[in-house]
Amino acid sequence: MNDRPALSRSNRMLLTTLEGVPGRKIVKHLGLVQGSTVRAKNIGRDITAGLKNLVGGELKGYTELLQEARDEATQRMMQEASKMGANAIVNIRFATSSLTQGAAELFVYGTAVQID
Amino acid sequence: MDTLGIFLVLMLLGFFAGSYIEKKHFEDLHDREYRTRQLTIVNIGAKTPIPEADRAKLFVGSVVISSDYFKTFVASWINVFGGRIGVFETLVERGRREALLRMKEEALKWGARQIVNVRLETAELSGHTPGGLVSVEIIAYGTGVQ
Repeated sequence: MNDRPALSRSNRMLLTTLEGVPGRKIVKHLGLVQGSTVRAKNIGRDITAGLKNLVGGELKGYTELLQEARDEATQRMMQEASKMGANAIVNIRFATSSLTQGAAELFVYGTAVQID
Repeated sequence: MDTLGIFLVLMLLGFFAGSYIEKKHFEDLHDREYRTRQLTIVNIGAKTPIPEADRAKLFVGSVVISSDYFKTFVASWINVFGGRIGVFETLVERGRREALLRMKEEALKWGARQIVNVRLETAELSGHTPGGLVSVEIIAYGTGVQ
């Protein structure tokens, strides 16, 4: 097997929560990149969530909604990083805040780097 | 009289259905934690060298979990007198374990042997309306290495 299989897929951005990428060396730091999205809940999901709130448990509709939103934020961050010419983002952190009752902001940031 | 009736029905529903769901969830968590036990989670500091690995990938597990009518009511009473809100402690514990498990299961599918630098984040979604929805989102994310 190839000892560095991920290298062949150069168009892929590598994301880690570490301060580096395992098995690689960072050649260049390109600075902070971020992506965010503000999502509102929709009424249909709110009604089922309201019913679910009586008995408790997971609100699957919301889990999916926030997951989609987080993916979108991550996509935006990756776009920003690739514009800078990065091929990896290290030290990634996620954050969520509820702005108003109906909307949540999802936020992701990290350091764009170039690895060999 | 009617409102009292509705309140009692909702309380009973919240209590019985809520505890049933919670009990089932804890059993499920226990099972899945046992099945994913070979995957270790390690948080390292800046002084620790980055683990040797061929590939690394980011994994995210998230869950939105809500309280039931009974818990919300009990908690609002405890809020008056102060003290530990045990009913919400189990709620966030369930959420956190679930989020961690989802992350681990996804990483196992990919073939990870370890997850490094895991972070947990909790966000309250309900806003600050008294008597409204009480729900929290919990996410766990980390780097899976092969």
